[in-house]
Amino acid sequence: MSREWPLWEVFIRTKGGLSHRHAGSVHAPDPELAMRHARDTYTRRMEGVSLWVVRSSDIVASDPAQDGPMFEPAEGKIYRHPTFYEIPDVVKHI
Amino acid sequence: MQAQSSIKSDAHLPAQWHPALFDYLLRLGDDSLILGQRLTEWCGHAPALEVDLSLANIGLDLIGQATLFLELAGEVEGKGRNGDRLAFHRDVLAFRNCLLVEQPNGDFAQTMARQLLFSTYSHALFEGLCQSAEPRIAEIAAKAVKEVRYHAELAADWVIRLGDGTEDSSTRMIDGLDWHWRFVEELFEVDALEQPLVEAGIAVDRTQLRAAFDTRIAAVLTEATLPLPVYPRGIKGGRTGHHSEHLGHLLAVMQYLPRSYPDAVW
Repeated sequence: MSREWPLWEVFIRTKGGLSHRHAGSVHAPDPELAMRHARDTYTRRMEGVSLWVVRSSDIVASDPAQDGPMFEPAEGKIYRHPTFYEIPDVVKHI
Repeated sequence: MQAQSSIKSDAHLPAQWHPALFDYLLRLGDDSLILGQRLTEWCGHAPALEVDLSLANIGLDLIGQATLFLELAGEVEGKGRNGDRLAFHRDVLAFRNCLLVEQPNGDFAQTMARQLLFSTYSHALFEGLCQSAEPRIAEIAAKAVKEVRYHAELAADWVIRLGDGTEDSSTRMIDGLDWHWRFVEELFEVDALEQPLVEAGIAVDRTQLRAAFDTRIAAVLTEATLPLPVYPRGIKGGRTGHHSEHLGHLLAVMQYLPRSYPDAVW
């Protein structure tokens, strides 16, 4: 077994109502310390109100070599964008 | 240092309280200041980058508390000394911190042993001080109590992992606790200076905090599979200015710049 601590990805909710967003990563030996390290590394300046940490190795990522078949078919299909609706000014975060 | 929040300068207490209150505030402020300075020595030297930040965060929390307590001490004293003056232009014999906080960092285990003991005690103290009859102390305590609770939990997490870790980490944890245990008794002492403040509801009766402290420490050490340290006799003296050799060296580093360049500003 490696002596290196495993890597954890850190997600921060900046305020109530918003989604958690990826902020970075930390090394830590276990989930509890990963949470402490995330708090101490990424929320020192009031960046968030909620934290998620997840082991980097548990993330299923798309294969960069498959970018073509994965993402290019979505190009040029503007009818999938809801740009034909007017959004009232009072609606935030959309 | 700069005060993080302004504290009202109107005197809430009759003047006869001021000398004892001044000393009490030095005890509170110096504990935070000296441990905060100690922890900054880890900057760039911690076992991992993340731990470096954890220790720096704790140190900065403590220095923030010290700023508030020492600013208030200066006001109570009424001789024109502010927090910076008290922190950087006082000699070693005038410091009122307990001996525990001036102890050397040693290795990471020794540092965490000291943090567990101090923060567990400090959390109970600040919980009590939130009800202080002196509202300016209660205000500082209300802010500090949340910080200190996190410090105590973080330290407990590390003590449990190192104690219940490898043979090497467990041995180091035992040595770290052994080093610091003789300074625990002093934390819970109430002397003639504090007694009237306790009776007036301004100070917390430290002797009343010991039972909960022992229970909590025993729980952490049990989970850490560590033996409870025993030491025949506590060492005291910090509260009256009788310090170990370590404090003078710490102050030399901390006070060098403001003493050499008294007009220096950021």
